[in-house]
Amino acid sequence: MLSTTFLGVKLKNPVIAASGTYGYGREYESLFPLETLGGISVKGTTLMPRSGNKPPRIAETASGMLNSVGLQNPGVDAFIANELPYLKTKDIAVIANISGNSPEEFAELARKLDIDGVDILELNISCPNIREGGKSFGADPVTAAAVTRAVKAASKKPVMVKLTPNVTSISEIAKAVEAAGADALSLINTLTAMRIDIRTKRPILANNTGGLSGPAIFPVAVRMVYEASGAVKIPVCGMGGIATAEDAVEMMMAGAACVQVGAAIFRDAYAPKKIIDGLEKYCLDNGNISEIVGAVKLNERDNEW
Amino acid sequence: MEIYQKSCEVLRYNKLTDTVHDVWVNAPDIAEKALPGQFVNIMVPGFFLRRPISICEVEKTNIRLVFEERGEGTRVLGGIKPGDNLDVLGPLGNSGFSVDRYSSAILVGGGIGTPPLKFAQQNLEKSAAVLGFRSKANVIMAEEFRNATVCTDDGSFGFHGNTLRPLERLLLERVFDVIMACGPKPMLRAVVALADKYNIPSEISLEERMACGAGACLGCACKTVADSIVSYPRVCKDGPVFDGKAAVLC
Ligand SMILES: Cc1cc2nc3c(=O)[nH]c(=O)nc-3n(C[C@H](O)[C@H](O)[C@H](O)COP(=O)(O)OP(=O)(O)OC[C@H]3O[C@@H](n4cnc5c(N)ncnc54)[C@H](O)[C@@H]3O)c2cc1C
Ligand SMILES: Cc1cc2nc3c(=O)[nH]c(=O)nc-3n(C[C@H](O)[C@H](O)[C@H](O)COP(=O)(O)O)c2cc1C
Ligand code: FES
Repeated sequence: MLSTTFLGVKLKNPVIAASGTYGYGREYESLFPLETLGGISVKGTTLMPRSGNKPPRIAETASGMLNSVGLQNPGVDAFIANELPYLKTKDIAVIANISGNSPEEFAELARKLDIDGVDILELNISCPNIREGGKSFGADPVTAAAVTRAVKAASKKPVMVKLTPNVTSISEIAKAVEAAGADALSLINTLTAMRIDIRTKRPILANNTGGLSGPAIFPVAVRMVYEASGAVKIPVCGMGGIATAEDAVEMMMAGAACVQVGAAIFRDAYAPKKIIDGLEKYCLDNGNISEIVGAVKLNERDNEW
Repeated sequence: MEIYQKSCEVLRYNKLTDTVHDVWVNAPDIAEKALPGQFVNIMVPGFFLRRPISICEVEKTNIRLVFEERGEGTRVLGGIKPGDNLDVLGPLGNSGFSVDRYSSAILVGGGIGTPPLKFAQQNLEKSAAVLGFRSKANVIMAEEFRNATVCTDDGSFGFHGNTLRPLERLLLERVFDVIMACGPKPMLRAVVALADKYNIPSEISLEERMACGAGACLGCACKTVADSIVSYPRVCKDGPVFDGKAAVLC
C-alpha cells in the first residue's frame, strides 16, 4: 500500500533517510534493518576528500539544531570503493548526494557515479559557487540551471535537484531547474542560522553560522514544497522537520511524492520506522498513499468577511 | 557495533553534591554489552538533542550514570526520580579504555571526568587513581576508587593542587603501563605532556558537541595525527577514547 515509483525507481515506501543524517546506512542497522526504508540519500559526496569545518559543529535550538559539518566526506572514489558495495547488497533505493565547486565538478561527479548501485543523483546546490564569490548555486536561477544542465549531459541517471530555502522565490528556482532538465526536485535543505553564547559573546558554531533543521523548520518546508510543486510538473521529494507520520502526510498533501527524514533521527533513531508504520496505518484508513500527494485544498481568500 | 534505544526505568537516585546526580537505570541490553569508556545518549524532555553521558559502571542488568548540571538540559535531567523512565541510546563508542591491552594503569580524573574511570578500574588488575576537584564540596566518588590520591585546587581536601604532581610521583615509580584520563582539556593536555616526558602511552576521553552520538551525522569530529597522517575521526563512534599522542587538543 505504501509502495510507489519515483523517477522510475521502485520505493517500497515513500520514506527516505536525508543526506548527512544517516551516514552510509550502517550506523542504525542494529536498531532496525536499513531495508525498512524506501531509500537512503547518502552523505554529501565531493570530488576530493573534505575534512569539514572546525568544531563545534552542532548547536541546539528550540525544536531543532544547527549544523556546520562542512561536507566532511572521504571523496567520491572512496565512496564508490568502500560504501557503495555495501549499499548495493541492500534492497533499497540509493540516492547519491553530490556537491561541487563548479558545474564541471558536478558533471565529473555525475560521470563517476553513472554506475550500478546508484539509483538517483541528488544535486546539493546549496554549496557555494567558488567562481561567483561563494554565493550558493541554488540561490540564483541561472547558476542552478547551469549545474542541472551540466549533470544531465554527463549522466543517464535520474537527476533530483535539491533546493536551498535561502531564496526569495522558490518557484522561480524550481522552474529554472525544471527547464534545465531536472527529473525531480527535493527540498528543503537547511536554513542559514546562527546562535550566540551570551556569556562569551561568541557564536556557538566555530563556523559562526550553520544550517537549521528539525521540527523548527517544518512549516517553512511545507510552504516551500507547496509553492515549488505548484510551479513545476516534475515530482517533488519533500523534507524539512518531518518527525511523525502525520508530518509526512502533511508534507505529501502539500505536494511531495515522497519524503526524507533527517534531524528527527537524532532525537529518536526509530523515527523513520515509526513514520513508515504510521503511514501504513493511515493508508488502511484512507486508501493508497499516492492519492494524498498534492491533496491540499486551499481556502477561498475572500477580501470580505 | 550493536546499539539499542530503549526506555529505561530509573531504579536508584542519589545526589553526590549540590549539582552532581548519580542514577542507576535498568538497561539490560546496554549493560550486557557496555565496555569501559563507552557512553549513552539520553533524551531530555523539552530538548531536541540528546545528552551524552559516560557509563560509570555496570551491575547485572543496570548501568550507572553520574552527571553534573552544566546547563539547561542536565538541570532538567537532574530532576529525575526513581520510577521515572529515561530514553537511552547506547552503548556508544567503538574505542574505550584499553583494559584488555594493559594490565596496569594510572587513572587521572578531573572533576566530572571521574565517573567513567571507575568502570575502567574495575577491569584492571593493577591501578592507581589521581582525582582532581576544585574544592572539598566538589569531591565525588573518592572512596569508590582503589589506591586513590584526591586533590583539590584550594587544598580543602586531600592533596593541595592539581593532579599533575601526584601523577608525576606515580610516573617516577615506573610500574604502570599506561595513563587513562578523562577531564577538562587543559588537564588532558598536561597529562599527555607528562606521558610524553616519561615515555608511557596515554589514553584520553574526549568530549565534543553531538547530535546523533552514533556516527551518522559527523557533528562531533576531532583531529588526530598519527605517523604524520591527519584524520578527522568522530568522537562518538571512533572514540570517545583516543591515543593521547595522536589527539590534537585544539
Ligand atoms: C562522550 C561524552 C561523555 C560525557 N560524559 C559525561 C558524564 O559522565 N557526566 C557528565 O556530567 N557530563 C558528561 N559529558 C558532558 C555532558 O554531555 C554535557 O555536560 C551536557 O551535554 C551539557 O548539556 P546541558 O544541556 O546541561 O548544557 P548546555 O550548554 O545547555 O547544552 C547545549 C548543547 O551543547 C551540548 N554540550 C554542552 N556541553 C557539552 C560538553 N561538555 N560535551 C558535549 N556536549 C556538550 C549539549 O549536549 C547540548 O546539545 C559527556 C560528554 C561526552 C561528549
Ligand atoms: C548534520 C546534517 C548534515 C547534513 N548534510 C547534508 C549533506 O551532506 N548534503 C545535503 O544535501 N544535505 C545535508 N543536510 C540537510 C538534510 O539532508 C535536510 O535537507 C535538512 O536537514 C532538512 O531536513 P530535516 O529537518 O528533516 O533534517 C544535512 C543536515 C544535517 C542535520
Ligand atoms: S554525533 Fe553524529 S557522528 Fe558523532
